[in-house]
Amino acid sequence: MLHALQKFYAKSESVRAYTMLSPALILIFLLMLIPMILMLSFSFFTQISFVEIDYTFTIQRYIDFFQKNLLVSLLIKSLKISFLVTLITLLTAYPVCYYIAFYVKKNKMLWLVMLTLPFWTSYLLRVFSWKIILGTKGVINSSLINAGLLSEPLTFLMYSETAVIITLTHAYAAFALLPLYVSLEKIDFSLIEAGRDLGLSRLEVFWKITFPLSMPGVIGAILIIFIPTVGDYVTPALLGGTDGRMLSNMIQAYFGKINNIPLGAASATIMLFTVALVTMIVSYTTKKLTQRIS
Amino acid sequence: MEQKNNTLLFYTLLYFVFLYLPVLFLPLFSFNDADYMSFPLSGFTTEHYEEMWGSVNLHKALWASIKVGVVASIVSTIIALFAAKAFARYKFRGENISYGAIMMPFLIPEIILAVSILVIWLSLGFKLGLIPVTLGHILFCTPFAMLILIARIEGFDFSLEEASRDLGENAWGTFYRVSLPLYLPGIIASLLLSFIISFDEFILAFFLTGSDATLPMYMWGQMRFIQKLPHVLALGAVIIVFTTMIVLLAFWLRNIGQGKDKAELGIKIHE
Amino acid sequence: MNNSFIQINQISKHFGDVKAVDNVSFEIQEGEFFSLLGPSGCGKTTLLRLLAGFEYPTSGNLLLDGSDITALPPDKRPTNMVFQNYAIFPHINVEKNIQFGLRKLGLTSEEIRERVNDVLSLVKLDGYEKRFSSQLSGGQRQRVALARALVRQPKVLLLDEPLGALDKKLRDEMQLELRTLQKNIGITFVFVTHDQQEAISMSDRVAVMSEGKIQQLSTPNELYKNPHNIFVSDFIGETNFLKSETKSKDGEHINVSIEKLGEFKIKNSLNISENSSNVICSVRPETMMIDKVKSDWDICLEGKIKQTSYLGEMTKFYIETKEIEKIITVSSQYFDNQSFKNNDCFISINLDDISLLNKK
Repeated sequence: MLHALQKFYAKSESVRAYTMLSPALILIFLLMLIPMILMLSFSFFTQISFVEIDYTFTIQRYIDFFQKNLLVSLLIKSLKISFLVTLITLLTAYPVCYYIAFYVKKNKMLWLVMLTLPFWTSYLLRVFSWKIILGTKGVINSSLINAGLLSEPLTFLMYSETAVIITLTHAYAAFALLPLYVSLEKIDFSLIEAGRDLGLSRLEVFWKITFPLSMPGVIGAILIIFIPTVGDYVTPALLGGTDGRMLSNMIQAYFGKINNIPLGAASATIMLFTVALVTMIVSYTTKKLTQRIS
Repeated sequence: MEQKNNTLLFYTLLYFVFLYLPVLFLPLFSFNDADYMSFPLSGFTTEHYEEMWGSVNLHKALWASIKVGVVASIVSTIIALFAAKAFARYKFRGENISYGAIMMPFLIPEIILAVSILVIWLSLGFKLGLIPVTLGHILFCTPFAMLILIARIEGFDFSLEEASRDLGENAWGTFYRVSLPLYLPGIIASLLLSFIISFDEFILAFFLTGSDATLPMYMWGQMRFIQKLPHVLALGAVIIVFTTMIVLLAFWLRNIGQGKDKAELGIKIHE
Repeated sequence: MNNSFIQINQISKHFGDVKAVDNVSFEIQEGEFFSLLGPSGCGKTTLLRLLAGFEYPTSGNLLLDGSDITALPPDKRPTNMVFQNYAIFPHINVEKNIQFGLRKLGLTSEEIRERVNDVLSLVKLDGYEKRFSSQLSGGQRQRVALARALVRQPKVLLLDEPLGALDKKLRDEMQLELRTLQKNIGITFVFVTHDQQEAISMSDRVAVMSEGKIQQLSTPNELYKNPHNIFVSDFIGETNFLKSETKSKDGEHINVSIEKLGEFKIKNSLNISENSSNVICSVRPETMMIDKVKSDWDICLEGKIKQTSYLGEMTKFYIETKEIEKIITVSSQYFDNQSFKNNDCFISINLDDISLLNKK
């Protein structure tokens, strides 16, 4: 018996591979897949009282969600904020990646490590720092007032959508930098030289050669920024105020104080599907765009 | 390679400033003798640090975070080590799907992970506390650990393992005498970085911890009170210095013993 | 019949749809220097790995010294391998590398030390014990790999293109050394290479492989003089191919019609069938004669020299005639620029030197 087992094990690469893979796959199955399916199922129930839940199947929660203006507007706002953050982060990070990929000759790795170092510090602390910087008695306002450039503090910088956007652009910059850098780094510089040699202007070379070739990195960056941003809780909670609230804050409330777990689950599910949908659309359109340009 | 471009360089450096400033302000203001963090600075003091260190709750939370971090980093690294070995060494059907599945936690907003685990944990009748937090951290850290380890293992010469088998060692002996010593820098880097990730992690802890606070939870509590502001600054500064040192150590470890293009390796972590 | 030491019985190894080794059967004698020769992808390395235990056969079995080793893992087999890239453990020194495989043999530390010293002398690396892999040259690493495998005194030594990474001079030296070493210690060697000159010069017997099958298994001389098919003929040494068709048999000979040259009686050593166009004639360059004047050989053609290559010990000529587009011939005679006026020459062939082969 043992002999046959040994034979089976030796014979197949697949068997050996999956044996090693099994702890990880079990982890994902038990701690992610099953919980998420369970959560999905809860979205079809009804919260009757503080501890009671009616387990009859109903899609009422989803109807509830779309009927509540607040929830729908939060969803749209979350999407809007994520979209803006993604765009701004990409636009501001791209030139930096370009610089390191094409202009830095020595110690590229050092530049990258230096660039991503801030992001290993606690996210919570970084958001808190921004609170200090953007607050009415914070760094920006106090410096400007002290220097005589302002008479009153700028209030829009704190407890607002603006505050959330600024903070999130900082929070996820590293995640934009790395995939972008990687795909730019991979571009064969002689292609760019060839473009110039053939008479294209610098701008044309960038738009027709460099940018399309960097597309995989752009897509990667878009997804890596967009997905966590949509579900971000900390930033809107600490400095969003009412104006900058996002969907996750509501979801947290449903699971906490408000105690309507089915509605919370439905909201979470809707967020998940929206994220998946956007992901697919982004991948699809950027691929099409690349084909058109090149 | 392009020739010099000073505008781009200037922009890049400006961007650096943007990235570092928030992180640097915390230590800066933690020594400021005032209750509000504004310019001009009021004077140097270490009283915030003394006050912070005196808090009993802080110590409890710190200890909780360390316990969770150590367990989560060790378990994640072990799980990820086996998985990374499987991907780097073997070709098999379903390779890409498995890889995608294990990387999934990255593609889902963390709050959804937190909420899902909360639901199942409570449904099973268990109490919230450090255990579900640790489980959640293991889920979250494993993909990171795997990226680090795959980058390290990909440069590994598998004929070394075959040579060891050929010379009479069985699978465990080979792992112990050949693979482990060579993987060690990568394993340590994975342990350190996973620890940091768990140590700083907030959302999963927020939902799953009940009454046992981890350090980020403790800070969150403090952040709500204006008077406690300098207190948080001091704590934050210490954490920043501590995590930076560990990260630098981890990066240094990842690179020793590898002659290859270091940039390539650094990128593979984050791909 | 059975002093065969290693028996490979109907071994096949499939990777998905690819038949890396396709129903191969042969035997290796004890104490033989046996080579597996062929181009990349022919299956020779896979076969070696099957012998070592790193691959498990899809079907068939392997016998070594009477026992069935097919299911044995590599650490339990009495074989040891010298890897193509040497696989020297980078984290321990030469001495520890060589000692590595001795731990499981239950020897005293005295015995271990003795064996290590002996084998280091054998490969001429005395004094290198404390060095690390990064401090060694390619040739030195190769010797360490050899020493490490030999110190375990295996019944069979498997070598996977061990000389591939060395420069020509070193490679020639090592070929001689390996051959001498093998004869001295008497261990069976199974040697994999894609270099036909290497295989021919070192081996007792060679198995020429292509596409997972053995094309011919013979002594080096047999392979060269009597190749069984077009692949072997083309792979071993250089040759000229002439389009042909067989006509009627004539005892041990057969009438062959060679394109544009006429009909000739050729020795039919491979018993090729009559009236077949699936045949080809092969003539080795060194069997032909180039001269300024006509000769009385069986076939003599008028031609023009298109190109000459001076190879040191001989000269290679590329000739074109009315009948044949390209003929390659070599001569150890020295010819200079004046030897052939207008590059006109005569090229002669004897019928005995023409080999008749199947095309496939």
